[in-house]
Amino acid sequence: MKYLDEYRDPRAAQLLLDEIRRVSTRSWTLMEVCGGQTHGLLRHGIAAELEGTVELIHGPGCPVCVTDQEAIDFACQLARRDDVILASFGDMLRVPGSRGSLLDARTAGARIQIVYSPLDAMALARKHPDKQVVFFAVGFETTAPATALAVKQAGRDQLDNFSMIVSHVRVQPAMEALVQAPDHRVQAFLAAGHVCTVMGYESYESFVEQYRLPVVVAGFEPLDLLEGILACVKQLEKNEARLENRYARTVQAAGNRAAQDLVREIYQVCDRAWRGFGVVPKGGLELRPEWRRFDARARFSEPALPVIEVDECRSFEVMTGHLKPPDCPYFGKSCTPESPLGAPMVSSEGACAAYFRYGMTTSR
Amino acid sequence: MCLGIPGKVVRWLEREGAFAQAEVEFDGVRRVVHMACVTEAALGDYVVVHAGIAISRIDPLEAKRIFETIAEWGDDEGWRPEQPEAPEASQ
Repeated sequence: MKYLDEYRDPRAAQLLLDEIRRVSTRSWTLMEVCGGQTHGLLRHGIAAELEGTVELIHGPGCPVCVTDQEAIDFACQLARRDDVILASFGDMLRVPGSRGSLLDARTAGARIQIVYSPLDAMALARKHPDKQVVFFAVGFETTAPATALAVKQAGRDQLDNFSMIVSHVRVQPAMEALVQAPDHRVQAFLAAGHVCTVMGYESYESFVEQYRLPVVVAGFEPLDLLEGILACVKQLEKNEARLENRYARTVQAAGNRAAQDLVREIYQVCDRAWRGFGVVPKGGLELRPEWRRFDARARFSEPALPVIEVDECRSFEVMTGHLKPPDCPYFGKSCTPESPLGAPMVSSEGACAAYFRYGMTTSR
Repeated sequence: MCLGIPGKVVRWLEREGAFAQAEVEFDGVRRVVHMACVTEAALGDYVVVHAGIAISRIDPLEAKRIFETIAEWGDDEGWRPEQPEAPEASQ
């Protein structure tokens, strides 16, 4: 496919790998924030190739992994109602909640429909006027324009049987929380390419200055990832900390203004509980008061049930770079994609799932 | 979740405003995509699509830059990468 296959050329990748090794005088520790990048790095063998030169630690950029357990419990509660069809991205279904996953709820008869886009959930609402369609809106800033558009369209069409559980999260507050921890290991960041496509990267200027860490906007294909890593290593070798854009075919400094306007029209910034992290200040988006009629939490009053934490899962240590998935005592034993203890093992962007799927079952 | 797929804009269905839509082709398969955030795209342009909505127009000049760098290096056998050609844009 055009603009994909070219960036997977193995000989070009080899040249970039050689160059990274050539400029490195020691081993550096980089964090890729986005789970999509984590999977790219493992699927294409980049993490293994760079062993000893660059250690890649995998950040919290997996929305499914950080979605608060209480939100999953609420989604399960709504899905069990006779009058509700719950629409969700497929990734959410296996994530364990306090009393099972959405998949368990579906097996027990709940109406749960997997959709590719929130706009497909709207179509579902039009098709089933006798049901309430609730979309489980998870995702980072990349996904917020699509869900904002769904709300706007529901408003235009006065679609009274559509609502959303809004669990959007924002990436930069989480990066701040990470580097404010005294024991953090990050020496440079690969910033999430598609979040920057929407939001731009100007907001990282002050971050780079304050924490003196290189931030390089990177894409998702092997050449994109390697180019981003090379840019980080070059800065680190010169003791520099700058902001660079290495995904310029898609990302502009100011981002996509139309998308930002759309998001701002529908949402406002809020504090949000992240699974494993606790409340991240300004870590989420919620519907503005004038759109709150599409908020499933305002529409349905379900009895609040206590959240039962799954104690064993050590996802927080994984998502902050303190534990490699294969070093977790449960990895591949009591925790597998079929029977996960936590979200990073089920999500298509979770670090544990990436290691399991691509056979990196030992920490090297 | 933040997966974005590049596709070619082949037909506008609704050009203006918040509910603009176009047909976008991905490896031969056409899908209707919401275009509210990339209304400037011309037919033949490539856009990045995420969850049913285009979030960016791909800049063909920037897309070549990494290949120009790699071509300067070349490898021991004198190999040079193929560069993605700019699409023929038409209105």
